[in-house]
Amino acid sequence: MSLINYISIVAIPIVIFIIIGNALREKVAVFDIFLKGARDGLEIVLKIFPTLIGLFVAIGMLRSSGVIDFITRVVSPVTSFFMPNEILPLAILRPISGSASMAVATDIIKMNGVDSFIGVLAAVIMGSTETTLYTIAVYSSSVKAKNTRFVLFASLMADITGVIVSVIIVSKIFG
Amino acid sequence: MLNILWPIFIIISIIYAVISGNIENLNNSIFVETENVVQFSLTLLGMTCLWSGIMEVALNTRIIDCLSKILKPVINFLFKDIEKDDECNKNIIMNIIANILGLGNAATPLGLKAMNALQKHNKEKSTLSDNMIMLIVLNTASLQVIPTTVIAIRNSLGSKNPTMIIFPVWIATVCAAIVGGLVTKILIKFNRRKL
Repeated sequence: MSLINYISIVAIPIVIFIIIGNALREKVAVFDIFLKGARDGLEIVLKIFPTLIGLFVAIGMLRSSGVIDFITRVVSPVTSFFMPNEILPLAILRPISGSASMAVATDIIKMNGVDSFIGVLAAVIMGSTETTLYTIAVYSSSVKAKNTRFVLFASLMADITGVIVSVIIVSKIFG
Repeated sequence: MLNILWPIFIIISIIYAVISGNIENLNNSIFVETENVVQFSLTLLGMTCLWSGIMEVALNTRIIDCLSKILKPVINFLFKDIEKDDECNKNIIMNIIANILGLGNAATPLGLKAMNALQKHNKEKSTLSDNMIMLIVLNTASLQVIPTTVIAIRNSLGSKNPTMIIFPVWIATVCAAIVGGLVTKILIKFNRRKL
């Protein structure tokens, strides 16, 4: 554990050290170049801010109105064939909200025990999937693209694969 | 996509909240969420500016050339006609590396830089190009060597072996990335034929 902890603490400083160190060795105007890049970053965030406002509010409404709980209740008879019911709220929330799914995952792990089948499964699903809708919205709006074609479908296929493989692997581990 | 999803989310939420008596909750969430966005965007702003700057430095050194050589076969398989544009190539490589290293805060800014570079080659500016879709799908697959956040949660909840999830996560995330990449490849072909 301590090694993994250490790696995650030193990863970012080491990456910065290598990049800046190399620039110094190659004698480029490090700070001027940095400023140019940082200014680009400002523009990127300004471009995606309206998207974030729209998305956060809409998803907050979905959760607070109880629609998510309702969907969970409706689809659970079908999904219970290949997925434990305890996991379902996490699988539904995961693609649309990072913070909400993290809260739900923590809750599931606490309720079922951190080293139990359900607890481990929730952690594996959390680790192997992304907040798909947010990623698509932010990436698309950064280039002002309105027509996103099949990107949602392809990403959700990847997410569903991630969840199903997680269930299979963790089931194998717990025999 | 969001022109359809977004209004559906809102209308359904409000109707359901009225029916189920959750309207007060919903009303509160509007104010809480707008505040959350500002908080979140400020964090994102700082991180994005920092990493855009650091990346600009990296782009101007030879470090990227070494990494490009290693990742070349994968990049060439997934993306089309990308090697001609050096800047595109480098941004995509850094985005993938940041993902793999689990530098989540760095990966998004780098991915957005890559999107901007790809947009220069996009013939129809309001539509995502094939390469952009591939980049987004790879980013939603969450490839990473060490899932640090989840391990931290497991540790804080008193797990006997917090890191035991690493191997299952690898398998699940690699399968997800492969399926995502293949589905995208197939749909790109299918899409072209239809046009």
